[in-house]
Amino acid sequence: MTPEAEFHQHDRDLHPPAYTPVYKTSVLRSPRIPLWSLQNSLSEVTGPIFSPDELGRLDNDLILNYAKQGEPIGEQTIIHGYVLDGNGQPVSNTLVEVWQANAGGRYRHRNDTYIAPIDPNFGGCGRMLTDERGYYFFRTIKPGAYPFRNRINSWRPAHIHFSVFGTGFAQRLITQMYFEGDPLIPHDSIIATIPDKSAADRLTAKLDLSASRPLECLAYRFDIVLRGRRQTLFENKLQGS
Amino acid sequence: MIPTPFELSYLPETPSQTAGPYVHIGLIPNQAGFEIFQNNFSGDIAGPDVAGQRIVIEGRIFDGVGHVTKDVLVETWQANAAGRYNHPADKQHRSLDRGFRGWARTGTDFDTGLYTIRTIKPGSVVGRKGRKAMAPHVNFWLASRGINIGLATRMYFGDEEAANSQDPVLNIIEQPQRRRTLIAPRSERDGTIVYTFDIYLQGDRETVFFDA
Repeated sequence: MTPEAEFHQHDRDLHPPAYTPVYKTSVLRSPRIPLWSLQNSLSEVTGPIFSPDELGRLDNDLILNYAKQGEPIGEQTIIHGYVLDGNGQPVSNTLVEVWQANAGGRYRHRNDTYIAPIDPNFGGCGRMLTDERGYYFFRTIKPGAYPFRNRINSWRPAHIHFSVFGTGFAQRLITQMYFEGDPLIPHDSIIATIPDKSAADRLTAKLDLSASRPLECLAYRFDIVLRGRRQTLFENKLQGS
Repeated sequence: MIPTPFELSYLPETPSQTAGPYVHIGLIPNQAGFEIFQNNFSGDIAGPDVAGQRIVIEGRIFDGVGHVTKDVLVETWQANAAGRYNHPADKQHRSLDRGFRGWARTGTDFDTGLYTIRTIKPGSVVGRKGRKAMAPHVNFWLASRGINIGLATRMYFGDEEAANSQDPVLNIIEQPQRRRTLIAPRSERDGTIVYTFDIYLQGDRETVFFDA
């Protein structure tokens, strides 16, 4: 699809507000003046485009893309799903980037000092482009839960961070995916920043036995919906487009 | 989507979540401290064949008590020197630099808090139909720990006073002193043109952020 129309406005009620005292770090990093509403111009409906030759062959295989002397420890897992827009149209050829902790809940990051060990064979990041149906998939190790300094005994449920571009810069999204059945989900302060329970529930990937590989690994399904573009009934398109 | 009679069907957006303190692993792994991909995205985006004046955009991002944040992801999106975006929706009859995507990604430095983008100065971009052209500007998007949903803003150029005064976006901002939060002063350092764009997440000097 060649995007030409403007985006539907963000449904801000489905997203966390900037200021959420339950997640303490947001308190000093949240703008307090309302956002200025801005009708889309070319600056918002356009955005970066990526091509397959920018990515490496193993970029979407977190089991192998940092394997040095062997494979990483943990539950081998497939994550897959579709990136769609609000109109149900596939968002094709868009860059999806993921990052996560290892099976013990430790990130390969110089600022992470959690006691769980670094896995020498696990980097914890990957990236891929959606196909023409908006479909993406990657293989990884199921991440572990870990504590973080919010309240003194705050723990993050197992999660994978997602970054998605869409077709225009105003669709840019970073979010987190959780795993169905994780008992930490109802206790998490980050999920709790989302006021709409059903919106928060859509961040939980469903166990997908139909996509699992028997005797090898389980699969989870996680679909992502970005803002759609408005139909341009009775109006001219953006100048220049 | 196949229409269902008498239903106004629209899929609800996936909610945003904070990028967290380890955003660098996924998006700028070399800043996290390791090499994994052959091809890394960066904040240095204007190759030798790209037309336009070379500039550096740098700045710091302050939290609500004036502390410099040191873990923020910064992305920028801009037109080329002719004022055209490298995207199919921009159908202006202006030249396109095939080697210039117009998108940069970096992070504020863990020690100094400074972010740095090396690019070219964009041209003026056509405005919405019936509106004036937009002054040269660079679109910014910030994500980090403590930011629940990415923050969008724009940087305008301090040496474009005439264009800025006519800009249709700056002019919708009611308070003139708030418009100034988007204008980066120009300086020269060792022959390099530097625009300094400091961003204030909160407080008396809070930067204008957009819901675009």
